[in-house]
Amino acid sequence: MKMKPRLIPFAVAAMMALVPSLRTRAAAAGGAATPSHVYAISGAKVVTLAGPPVEHGTVVIRDGKIAAVGASVEVPADAQMIDGKGLEVYPGLFDAVTDLGLTEVEAVNATVDTADVGTYNPQLVAMTAVHPASELIPVARTNGITHALAAPLGGGGFRGGGEVISGQASAINLAGWTIEDMLIRRSVAMVVNWPSLQTRSFDLSTFSLRERPFTEVKQEYDKKINELADWMERARHYAQVMDKGSIANYDRDLKLEALAPVVRGQLPLLVIAEDKREIRSAVEFCDKQKLKMILGGGSESYKVKDLLAAKHIPVILGPTQSLAEDEDASYDQSYVTAGQLAAAGIKIAFASFNASFARRLPYQAANCVPYGLPYQEALKAVTLYPAQILGLADQLGTIEPGKMADLIVTDGDPLAIPTQVRYLFINGELTPTDNKHLRLYEEYRKRYQAPK
Amino acid sequence: MKRALENGDFLPLCCQRGFSSLRSYRWLNKKIGSKLLPFEIAAVLFLAVCAVRGQAADVTLIKNGTILTVTKGTIENGNVLIRDGKIAEVGKGLTAPAGAKVIDATGQYVMPGIIDCHSHIAIAGGVNEGSVSVSSMANIADVLNPEDIDIYRDLAGGVTAANILHGSANSIGGQTEVIKLRWGKPAKDLPFEGALPGIKFALGENPKRSGFSNPGAARRYPATRMGVMDVIREAFSEALDYKKAWDQYNRRKAAGEPNLIPPRRDLKLEPLLEVLEDRRLVHIHCYRADEILQMIRVAEEFHFRVATFQHVLEGYKVADEIAKHGAGGSTFSDWWAYKMEAFDAIPYNAALMTERGIVVSVNSDDASEATHLNQEAAKSMKWGGLSHDEALKLVTLNPAIQVRIAGRVGSIETGKDADIDIYDKDPLSVYAVAQKVLIDGQVYFDRQQDIAHRAGLEKEKKALMEKEKKAAEAAKPAATGRRPGPPGTARPPGTTPKPQEI
Repeated sequence: MKMKPRLIPFAVAAMMALVPSLRTRAAAAGGAATPSHVYAISGAKVVTLAGPPVEHGTVVIRDGKIAAVGASVEVPADAQMIDGKGLEVYPGLFDAVTDLGLTEVEAVNATVDTADVGTYNPQLVAMTAVHPASELIPVARTNGITHALAAPLGGGGFRGGGEVISGQASAINLAGWTIEDMLIRRSVAMVVNWPSLQTRSFDLSTFSLRERPFTEVKQEYDKKINELADWMERARHYAQVMDKGSIANYDRDLKLEALAPVVRGQLPLLVIAEDKREIRSAVEFCDKQKLKMILGGGSESYKVKDLLAAKHIPVILGPTQSLAEDEDASYDQSYVTAGQLAAAGIKIAFASFNASFARRLPYQAANCVPYGLPYQEALKAVTLYPAQILGLADQLGTIEPGKMADLIVTDGDPLAIPTQVRYLFINGELTPTDNKHLRLYEEYRKRYQAPK
Repeated sequence: MKRALENGDFLPLCCQRGFSSLRSYRWLNKKIGSKLLPFEIAAVLFLAVCAVRGQAADVTLIKNGTILTVTKGTIENGNVLIRDGKIAEVGKGLTAPAGAKVIDATGQYVMPGIIDCHSHIAIAGGVNEGSVSVSSMANIADVLNPEDIDIYRDLAGGVTAANILHGSANSIGGQTEVIKLRWGKPAKDLPFEGALPGIKFALGENPKRSGFSNPGAARRYPATRMGVMDVIREAFSEALDYKKAWDQYNRRKAAGEPNLIPPRRDLKLEPLLEVLEDRRLVHIHCYRADEILQMIRVAEEFHFRVATFQHVLEGYKVADEIAKHGAGGSTFSDWWAYKMEAFDAIPYNAALMTERGIVVSVNSDDASEATHLNQEAAKSMKWGGLSHDEALKLVTLNPAIQVRIAGRVGSIETGKDADIDIYDKDPLSVYAVAQKVLIDGQVYFDRQQDIAHRAGLEKEKKALMEKEKKAAEAAKPAATGRRPGPPGTARPPGTTPKPQEI
């Protein structure tokens, strides 16, 4: 559909203006709290990711789920029609690790809920802190991200210190009045910030870079690893007691209770580590402790890919638009890693690890395509593979009947910059593509159009 | 021999020794008298050609690419002829003189080198002289580090020139310099010759230390936006008093007064006088619309023009005022919400400011971001509807105009420096990869060469590490039995996974 680029924001605004009327109609028709709207997107190219794309296809959405998809699908009489001619339908993008909903303004501590006091906080759960009215959520979803893993990322990393176990990450849809509306799954992974072996860190107390002797760092590191092992051991005992049903006879321990699914092998550890020694150490630890592991971040994962492949550890890569820590690394390493891991048989996904930069997710994936990651893999790494890695593939990741209707209808390649998301479906609801940025843009254009 | 010369990679011994054709001819003449045998004629001609070819070695022809000139449209299957570091000709159907180096750009895109208007690469030992609120005596030019790997990385991302700035810790920061990313050259060869020097100011949260304070140190004035503007006004006021003292001295000296003692030189205030005399460009880090307007009023009060507002994320709110003042706007593509003053930032900023007549550039402020400024420019097509060429200008001609080097760079036009990027696809695509980057007509980055050298570099690194390990073992003191630790991470701090505003 050829439209002057300058008019697109107005088109989007016009679209947004239409949406309330659609919603009202449905509400007037006696819509309950649960989504009961029926939609049919017809005449679009439907990229299902569960087979070849359907060139002139129809997708029917009912009660929050994908009801039907195909070339010749019967459109229900009560369906609200969306003309998909010239448009494309994709599964909504999945930001596999983000602090969307947990961070509003990064520099303002009062608005940040990603890291708490203490070192071991497995009992904390992201969904208890997600702010459904965050301004950052509509900004991210306008660029095609329909659902995300809100993760308590912990305050460590570059700044040093922080939690080792920062809590459980929750899968959420990026739309809803309350967290109950948004929630896909309460506990998807246990976030572990792997202790650091870096001798150099930024010390906030002196506001400068700090270089420590390796022996000192290693000592601290070993201590933390031993503590981690100890937590797992205690959790195993606690789990045994729970299984025996004797819970009435002893004091409840919320932290150990939270770790029980981890030591039972049901809840994976999302280990955030960048350095190859730390990654290797984490893999060995999880192997020894018989824990399921997902690697998050992984900028040096390419250096230990054989180990990751052998142990079947999936990797959720941090922003590819970054520079390698290692000065001697190839200048394009951050783009090459994804392709190298994929070629080694490792399942990968991309994630923003951020809130205000989350909208860059599709470009982080696209940038890897010229460097060895096939386009289809890049697309799947922001749709299907994160769902598979996080145990949500029964609900998300492809356009197939029975799955949650988290879809985007675009005017082109969702990984390319010029593409606009024309319609957004989250949990089967047509969601406005309006956001704070569009509103400010339109508001200030008025300043310049107003007669002096 | 003829084929060897056309090949361009065969330099006869005589040329390497710098024989001029005339000298050779005279030598030959003396040798055989006035009679020239056919052999000698051939030899003379050969030497003559050698001499000419010595000059032709500085000629490069980029051929058969899509030339994005930025100022004069796009030329399909076009060529760019480079001679002595300058663009000599642009057009279709150019032929390479004998001996010229030929870069085949078939299927590729040729654009002007990207200019990053806000960069902190190549700075040794700290970006902020943050101990005082006015540090105009400090100069980035004094601490250029030519070995910063980020120079190479940004070069690989298409950046050929950058405005290297002091940080934003101070209301009035240090002096700044424009450089070309001549990777491999010493520090003295980095500065962009003839570019005006600059100075960095900063408004808002950073200079007022809102998020943090140095422990143990007394709190530094200012702590409010009022204080920030005051620091700037006081500094200019002081500078004018300083000028008065010198003017007085000069008047009296000119009048022949004896035994005059000149005023003490103040290296802090002199750069500010240069600003007032339009000999130094002011680049001002700012966010909120109100502080932008305040700064415009202060600039008007002291009769100078702000060269660029940097970041200027709320520039879209006061675009007409900025346009009227005549400042450029150098902004981010889509950064926002990392601090309070960035909470109203919108990705339509560049486009809306452009619409209102401001010369706008999109910058990086970050070595990592600078590796994909081509993509950041493209975002203004999506958010705000800029055209392809308008978007390209954001990272080429416009930053050049902003730092007043547009006579030399920023577009592909005859007479300009041959600072050129060659991409394998339209550079405004997420899928485009820079293949070659030329500065002054020399190839400073070649992706295929980079890839070809990797195995060799890896081998060399392993050998060096082995050597170091052996040396460490040998130096091990037998008495104490203490092992030296593993090699430390002796490298400059890396960047965090997400871009950071400095």
